[in-house]
Amino acid sequence: MIDMTETQPIFGNTVPSSMAQVGIITKYTFLDYFRSRRFFVLLIITVLIGALLTALVYFRPEAFTSSSLSPYAFYSTWWGNSINFVIILSGIFFGGDAISGEFQNKTGYFGIPNPIRRSSIYVGKWVGAFIAASLMFLVFTGITVGNGLAHGSGIPFQFVESFIFAWFYLAAVLGVTFFFSSLFKSSSISILVTVILFLFVFNLLGSLVLPLIQVEPWFIITYGAGIIGNVLQVPYPQHETVLNAGPRGGFSLSTFNSTVPEGLVIIAIYFIVTAVLGLLFFERKEFT
Amino acid sequence: MVVVSNPSVEAVNLSKKFGVFVAVSNLNLKIEGSKCVGFLGPNGAGKTTTLKMFTDLIRPSSGQALINGINVHTEKKKALASVGTLIETPEIYPSLTPREGLTMIAEIRGVPASERKKRIEEAVADVRMQEWMDKRVGKFSKGMKQRICIASALLSNPSILLLDEPTTGLDPRGMSEVRDIVKSLKSKKRLIFMSSHLLSEVSDVCDEVAMIDHGKLIVYDTIPNVTAKFSGGGNAVEVGLQHAIDEALLANTIARFPDVMGAEKKDAKTLIIKFSGGLDVQERLLDDLVRLNIGVVSFKPTSSELEDAYLKLIKDTL
Repeated sequence: MIDMTETQPIFGNTVPSSMAQVGIITKYTFLDYFRSRRFFVLLIITVLIGALLTALVYFRPEAFTSSSLSPYAFYSTWWGNSINFVIILSGIFFGGDAISGEFQNKTGYFGIPNPIRRSSIYVGKWVGAFIAASLMFLVFTGITVGNGLAHGSGIPFQFVESFIFAWFYLAAVLGVTFFFSSLFKSSSISILVTVILFLFVFNLLGSLVLPLIQVEPWFIITYGAGIIGNVLQVPYPQHETVLNAGPRGGFSLSTFNSTVPEGLVIIAIYFIVTAVLGLLFFERKEFT
Repeated sequence: MVVVSNPSVEAVNLSKKFGVFVAVSNLNLKIEGSKCVGFLGPNGAGKTTTLKMFTDLIRPSSGQALINGINVHTEKKKALASVGTLIETPEIYPSLTPREGLTMIAEIRGVPASERKKRIEEAVADVRMQEWMDKRVGKFSKGMKQRICIASALLSNPSILLLDEPTTGLDPRGMSEVRDIVKSLKSKKRLIFMSSHLLSEVSDVCDEVAMIDHGKLIVYDTIPNVTAKFSGGGNAVEVGLQHAIDEALLANTIARFPDVMGAEKKDAKTLIIKFSGGLDVQERLLDDLVRLNIGVVSFKPTSSELEDAYLKLIKDTL
């Protein structure tokens, strides 16, 4: 719990409230990230993705604005296909070792033996990482909107919706990466687990295994995040599409699309559960 | 403002287990007042574990770690408000400069904004790191980081300092400077609880000593009392001479100097002199030997009463 009261002075100084201490940790975490090589590297990756898509739009505009696609085809193709990748990369870059680094790199020995709750450190670091990741997110959004405007797609309301969903998803992804970072003391293990889960396991389960056994992947965050791209399609994709395949309809394949409320709930549950668990792990973890 | 007149650090039945390994076992220790207490013990004795329990880095399995009577684990903010700490060699966020890292700690600890800059500059000056104040910490050596962390422990003007081997990683000059800092803090009415492997360091700066082995407190008393009870008797110095001296001078003069307990030849040009007392006696002894004009070319301590006591008390170590 974060208290709002100041701790009474014992020897000259009045220790600020836990909320104020969250702000202090946020400020210095962001400053550390902002000056770090990882920030610069991720900025280059984000700009490169944007530049690549810009080049594609320039040379193959029909791939983005085909009349067979929805009226928001440009945003659906550009944003719907790439923002998830940018978000996951940001989560890994800024959240992957945020807490495990406190143990492995021994930065925890500098901050924790002070009159500050561990929860203030956790929340402050999360907010600092969220601000840093949001900067990447905004850079990519800027490149997207710039291209959209340049190609006459304007800024449809559906894109604003998608933008808000994506930002919410970013918060949840950071919640998950902080959870794994809190679970493991080794930064490389926490980063590796996050990468494998988001880039391989969730995708493999959501796009191959579960459609085959016809189970709706409501428990996978990337399934919920499908609303980011789906909201840009007209009409909104059907919740379930069954495809009979193989000789004489030998087997069925189900494709699921989360509805907007369902997607928001999945993202919210991931955010809340991982935030609470991550915080609990950090509270209990020992600097041995 | 409430000022703690008699700062205290207290372990009440404090225990820590890691699986079946008992790192600290029912430790009961109360230190209070303005003094420096050395915390001694072999590797794995439980010194660092104990200090970590006083700083929320680990939780006790049972018992309480109290600072000024406040439980560190239930009221951490209040308990650590007046405590400066240095546990192991902490790392500062590498992209920050010492000024920024220390400002962060000063803000967390509630150092008033009007005093912050001055306090940081003073603390950094104490550890002789002024010229590195605005360089990024990521490029610093271990010793430089240790100095900044010592500055961090000092900057909120704490009433209690918990230091875990504070001179580790420092060059000889740095070690001497840290000892001077600790001595100066003693004169400012602070309670310093400091673990160390260096008995000479503890003898030099501490008033009392707590010895721990296998997680259990062996002894806690003033250094004179511990050495009086457990030492085989006396400190010793090895004196190198330019030329040999005769036995009569050794037996009738040198061996009868005040506080000297015995003097013998190690070889023709080397004497071993045992004496009781501290640095003052050692200084007087050197002065007396030089006055004899016997060609003293070297003078170095070989063992100390505290070392004797330590070796007697801590027999079986890991």
